[in-house]
Amino acid sequence: MQAGTAKPAQRIGVPRETFPGEKRVATVPEVVEKLIKLGFQVAVESGAGDAANFSDDAYRAVGAEIINGAAALWAASDIVFKVRAPSTQEVALMREGGTLVSFIWPAQNPELMQQLAAKKTTVLAIDALPRTLSRAQKMDALTSMAGVSGYRAVVEAANAFGRFFNGQITAAGKVPPAKVFIAGAGVAGLAAIGTAANLGAIVRANDTRAEVADQVVSLGGEFVKVDYEEEGSGGGGYAKVMSEGFQQAQREMYAQQAREVDIIITTALIPGKPAPKLITAEMVRSMKPGSVIVDMAGEQGGNCELTEPGQAVVKHGVTIIGYTDLASRLSKQSSTLYATNLFRLAEELCKAKDGVANINMEDDAIRGLTVIKDGNITWPAPPLKPAATPAPKPAAAPVAQKKSGHGHGSSGPLPAKTLAVIFAVAALVFWFIGAFAPAAFLGHFTVFVLACFIGYMVVWNVTPALHTPLMSVTNAISSIIAIGALIQIAPPEAGMGGRPDELIRWLALAGIVLTAVNMFGGFAVTRRMLAMFRK
Amino acid sequence: MSQSLATVAYLGAAILFVLSLGGLSNPETSRRGNLFGMIGMALAVLATVFGPRVSPAGIPWIIGALLVGGSIGLYAAKVVKMTQMPELVALMHSLVGLAACLVGFASYVDTSITLSGAEKSIHEVEIYVGILIGAVTFSGSLIAFGKLSGKIGGKPLLLPGRHWLNLAGLLVVIWFGREFLAAHDVNAGMTPLIVMTAIALLFGIHMVMAIGGADMPVVVSMLNSYSGWAAAATGFMLSNDLLIVTGALVGSSGAILSYIMCNAMNRNFISVIAGGFGSGGGAAPAKSGEAAQPQGEVVPVSAVETAELLREAKNVIIVPGYGMAVAQAQHTVYEITKTLRDKGVNVRFGIHPVAGRMPGHMNVLLAEAKVPYDIVMEMDEINDDFGDTDVAMVIGANDIVNPSAMEDPASPIAGMPVLEVWKAKTSIVMKRSMASGYAGVDNPLFYKENNRMLFGDAKKMLDEVLGALKS
Repeated sequence: MQAGTAKPAQRIGVPRETFPGEKRVATVPEVVEKLIKLGFQVAVESGAGDAANFSDDAYRAVGAEIINGAAALWAASDIVFKVRAPSTQEVALMREGGTLVSFIWPAQNPELMQQLAAKKTTVLAIDALPRTLSRAQKMDALTSMAGVSGYRAVVEAANAFGRFFNGQITAAGKVPPAKVFIAGAGVAGLAAIGTAANLGAIVRANDTRAEVADQVVSLGGEFVKVDYEEEGSGGGGYAKVMSEGFQQAQREMYAQQAREVDIIITTALIPGKPAPKLITAEMVRSMKPGSVIVDMAGEQGGNCELTEPGQAVVKHGVTIIGYTDLASRLSKQSSTLYATNLFRLAEELCKAKDGVANINMEDDAIRGLTVIKDGNITWPAPPLKPAATPAPKPAAAPVAQKKSGHGHGSSGPLPAKTLAVIFAVAALVFWFIGAFAPAAFLGHFTVFVLACFIGYMVVWNVTPALHTPLMSVTNAISSIIAIGALIQIAPPEAGMGGRPDELIRWLALAGIVLTAVNMFGGFAVTRRMLAMFRK
Repeated sequence: MSQSLATVAYLGAAILFVLSLGGLSNPETSRRGNLFGMIGMALAVLATVFGPRVSPAGIPWIIGALLVGGSIGLYAAKVVKMTQMPELVALMHSLVGLAACLVGFASYVDTSITLSGAEKSIHEVEIYVGILIGAVTFSGSLIAFGKLSGKIGGKPLLLPGRHWLNLAGLLVVIWFGREFLAAHDVNAGMTPLIVMTAIALLFGIHMVMAIGGADMPVVVSMLNSYSGWAAAATGFMLSNDLLIVTGALVGSSGAILSYIMCNAMNRNFISVIAGGFGSGGGAAPAKSGEAAQPQGEVVPVSAVETAELLREAKNVIIVPGYGMAVAQAQHTVYEITKTLRDKGVNVRFGIHPVAGRMPGHMNVLLAEAKVPYDIVMEMDEINDDFGDTDVAMVIGANDIVNPSAMEDPASPIAGMPVLEVWKAKTSIVMKRSMASGYAGVDNPLFYKENNRMLFGDAKKMLDEVLGALKS
């Protein structure tokens, strides 16, 4: 790359994945078109898309260059898009100072990181994306892959399961619906819930994070609670390790579910730790013969004690599927989603649309993704600014919020300084009034101040939905001013001391007419409005 | 009826008024609340009429006046359309203001009240302040009525040096106040009183003219507050505790509403009153336009496609705005809601606190269209749910769904809480054109990739959507 204003457009290279059994490809023809619109050139290794049903011709048709052989492709590419982390051979092919965008898992692969750094490369690990940034969601390949995996997990389970998912009453007899239990309601879990529910199964799910209960229900599942109080949100949308007491209660719940259901799909992962063993051998034995377990955490050791990662095995009459390539098994779908995620990233990198990637380390999302910058390891990224991370909610928060009702007026107590100033001013005003005002006035003043406070307390309780009726009713009530006009119209003193009776009477009369409009109109219209509010 | 009996009746009325406001805390008890208000008012009026302060000679006059005023009021309440509620309320505020003025003048010319020393001064200050507030309420409410009903343009009228004008007005009012207190008899005091009234009327006009259409909810609730304070001032003037209590209740209610509205727009109360927001072509929006010019393409959809999207959705949130009120589309919205709910779609409404032209405006319109209130949610209740929503349909709203309030610190509406419709899988915005909202701020939502625009009159378009849904 030479410096200067007119940099030549960079070439994005997409090699064929070399990991055994990997069928995905890092870009698809549809996305190639968009990348070219951003100004990039795109080169694809011959046969890269074959396993995902994208032919070389399809890539060629949208303007990609097809290069034979991995070595030639890596040598020709400024930026390489990949799915799986590169192998040692692939790193060796990589151009000095090039850029790589791929899944890396820097925590699990320190050696790979060293090799890449030695090559003076810049590496963006799509798995290191700060997921709590809402702006970054469009690039979140973990989420899109998890969604695909969740779907596929149900399809695998259905394949291995000997019965229908949905209940039917047929001429050949009654078929009960399958019962599916899903452990962990993250993205994969939720996708699995939705898919299984759509197939007609009875779906139950559990997660240590209580706040996902609504999401489970919204997808047609039933949320199974663990009978133990503890908040399980570990920040960043992941769960955390739970206490011993909770785990005990959770085991009991799993044991019970294992006896009842036909299919268990587990998706429980804790970042940087081996997957929690949720399903014991004992539980597997208690399941009905012909049941299925799909263990989506196979790569991290599995949630079931009997899982053999990458394999489908039958133990105690239960099929245990531990495939680690669920997303790859739906290669066309997952490739398309992954390619779109990478395209979104390319958009962020190349805001000028001139085909030159600019890695802006000031940008939170890009900073998080970049694990190696020009040969320097920059992983892990510093934590996001506090503003961007959602504050952990106290366990009682949902209940407390419900109670406080209308969501306003909850601004907390005033700071002491402000309060002191207000009190001082109030004291001064009161002293002034007390020193000069006559007793009769003070009586009214007392009433006035207390009434203000009552009004304040009462009105905060009014639900916002009724603010318009509140205004019209207070408006009607303010026609109490009619009293003032009423006592002026013909008081006992009339005719005394040269009182201009005629003038006062007409003024008061006009006042009464005006307030009467208000009084009757205000109450009537409020009544009309309130009658409309119904459940 | 003796004075003591009348006083006890007043106390009862005051309690009933408090219960009346308290009853509005939820829709179940609100009807009873309104009934309490009516009983309280009847009690207060009857206790006065048959009390010691009204001689029998006045009763025919009173009945006549109540009949005339009452029938006008009942007629107005019967014919008013729910979309016109803000205008009606503003107009009614002006009546209270005018009545307060009249009572104040009547009290001043009443020579039967003889006081001396501090009591006389206080009484005169009360008259002066009562008329001042009454006059401001009167003219301000009239202008607000004109703006809300479209008789006066919604754009703020900004006179050069308007803050100085207001300050000068205040100083003149204070100076004439001194003159007024120093006056020996009614005739001498009349001139300063009338001059002050004129200034107060001008001030009311000027104040509301300078406020933009987007801030109307604040103005209406503020005038509501003023009408209460006017009643309280009248109470002081006539030494009547019931008036004081009621005025204070109404006054604090309006003040709290104004505060809630300001919070909902993340605006400082003072700056709303000082005016100038929502100018459309003002300097501030122009500057921000440069700072954050939204990029991307606007994707229009047809009514049929909208119906498709809605039919395939599981969760739908409808966000209504003033446009729905203008187009009178609430009944069609209800029909669509009903059709979708029958199909098992979870339809809910998200209401922004300042949607429409007065507090709670949207709730009333939806209630009129028979939408059940338990699916009508407040912003805080529903904002977190947009992520799980398939379709968010925005009907004639703009600023309250503007993402730049959260994303662009340079935007004039930065920091204002907004409904996060862009988090839904798809958002559909119904709008007549690409014009900006009252705040004059461009809306990046329209350019978002998951957003679709349905251009046209809300009522007509929704009718088409409904037709497509039913077919």
